[in-house]
Amino acid sequence: MPDFLDMYRRMVLIRTFEETLSDLFGKGVLGGTSHFCIGQEACAVGVIDAARPTDWLVSNHRGHGHLLARGLDTAKVMGELMGKIIGYCRGRGGSQHLCAMDKCFLGTNGITGGGIPIATGAAFALKYQKTDRIAIVFFGDGASNQGTFHESLNIASLWKLPILFVCENNLYGMSNPTAKSCASGTIAPRAAAYAMPGAAHDGFDVQTVYDAASQAIARIRGGGGPELLELMTYRFCGHSKNDPRVYRTREEEEEMRQRDCITVLEQKLPSLGYDSETITQTALSARQEVAKAAEVALAAPTGGLADATEGVFA
Amino acid sequence: MPELYYSKAVNEALDEELARDPAVVLIGEDIGLYGGAFGVTKGLFAKYGPERIWETPISENSFTGLAVGAAMLGVRPVVEIMFMDFIALALDQLLNSAGKLHYMYGGQVKVPMVLRTPGGAKGGYGPSHSQMLSNLLVGIPGLKVIAPSTAAQAKGILKSAIRDPNPVIVIENKRLYPQKGEVPDDDDFTLPLDRAVVASPGTDLSLFCYSSMTPVCVAVKNAFLQTGVNIEVVDLVSLQPLDTETLFASLRKTGRAVIVEEACLTGGVGAELSALFAEHCLDSLDAPIVRVAAKDVPIPSSLALEKLVLPQPEDIITAVKENLAY
Repeated sequence: MPDFLDMYRRMVLIRTFEETLSDLFGKGVLGGTSHFCIGQEACAVGVIDAARPTDWLVSNHRGHGHLLARGLDTAKVMGELMGKIIGYCRGRGGSQHLCAMDKCFLGTNGITGGGIPIATGAAFALKYQKTDRIAIVFFGDGASNQGTFHESLNIASLWKLPILFVCENNLYGMSNPTAKSCASGTIAPRAAAYAMPGAAHDGFDVQTVYDAASQAIARIRGGGGPELLELMTYRFCGHSKNDPRVYRTREEEEEMRQRDCITVLEQKLPSLGYDSETITQTALSARQEVAKAAEVALAAPTGGLADATEGVFA
Repeated sequence: MPELYYSKAVNEALDEELARDPAVVLIGEDIGLYGGAFGVTKGLFAKYGPERIWETPISENSFTGLAVGAAMLGVRPVVEIMFMDFIALALDQLLNSAGKLHYMYGGQVKVPMVLRTPGGAKGGYGPSHSQMLSNLLVGIPGLKVIAPSTAAQAKGILKSAIRDPNPVIVIENKRLYPQKGEVPDDDDFTLPLDRAVVASPGTDLSLFCYSSMTPVCVAVKNAFLQTGVNIEVVDLVSLQPLDTETLFASLRKTGRAVIVEEACLTGGVGAELSALFAEHCLDSLDAPIVRVAAKDVPIPSSLALEKLVLPQPEDIITAVKENLAY
């Protein structure tokens, strides 16, 4: 039985974290760009909770949700995004290149589809070292058109590697709708070409995600080989911070907002035995955690010359 | 000391490292029973089996990325890219992952992988199977790029590369595979990854070269000896980083530099070396630096045309004479 209250806490944490980032961008505190997963929180939390903390994760450019769902230190993630020395990568990586080996998080990845072979390699290592750990890689519908997706699924299937491929299908690769980019319409049918199971699930319902991922992970851990999980979801925000969203209608967005994964879970919690006071307090504590993290990160120093120029080689 | 073919020296290095360290695996196309396109991995599949020798589908970018991911978790993959031109297909994972991860993740991960690939032309392989692409790789921070020119280097350097905690590209050479050389008979024979080697000492002019051009330059040196000119041949061996200490010392001794490489003229190792000489050794130069390289064109298939594009011994002789006459 998953801990639904803690799932809820982290979904609110992720949402608030990104809303806070959005504010900070507005104030000019953050540089570069950032890709928010507002609306997709249930995918990260549901899959990651179905895994063990020792299973390795690889994420993509839209990775804040995966990082916080895995339980990374919020202030250290925020610090990394601000380019501060307290960040997980001392400010070198930022949003799209954030790694936390102590949390079995092998990194977010700024190249669309770039993390898929890396995760396949992690799965190779775990099998080669005869462990019962698995690798999980998150990517979007856009990445599923890269060669690395097809090559890696093929190799993983041939070599029966312990890996779960998670496609978060938010319907748009930047501005390009899946109808224009994916010949099969959805991603899951592609699994058949690589002789592995693949199915699409509702990515707005964290329990559905958790159940689907749990089943897949049990199969994979048992030596059954890789699997493709497609989660139908939606990002309420733009692709990145400066996206006027000309490629979709406000009506479509409003319709999708009616299915907000946080609201869906919030409405379910009373039936699971949680009273409204507990729910309110949980959400509040998540919001306070983000505020505190932002405060800590803002106050932290940036690195010096050595942090910029040293350590290219091990 | 036993004499080995360059290709056999590579084979022995792989064999010994597979035997020494269970974390070492080979990854690549047709490297199993077939023994690799140039026979370099011959016999290893029979000895180590599919647990250690991983034959891949034709998916260079993904099996290179796979090696990166495996290396981050402690495996030591040695990847073979069949022809150096095919490295283009794996470039994303080399440039954006292998070379960057240690730095951009703040030192949390190491990527102890080796990528071996034969560069250079061997007579008629044509535009997509013949290039020496050293110039493409030396501009990527985070990758060590080494180009052994002898059987001993091929073995000693590959063994060091496999033991190194960083991604190392070892550029082999199709024309060097069938050349023989003495190799120390020692399971623990290794050579440093960052040192240039004076292949043949001299006093009057320095020929700087690497890979297939080293034996050619030694032959040119020997031809000049009869005319009373004593050339020093310096083998770069490591292209990234460059061993400036050894290279500068040679130039300061002879005062004359001719740089020879099989890669294209523009933007490559020779260009970098010329710039370094100009920056640091200008007072030592008795004559302008001369560069001999492949012409800035794809490598044509026709043997007659190929010869016109690649640096020939006569081109090196002309360059040496030009430099000495200044």
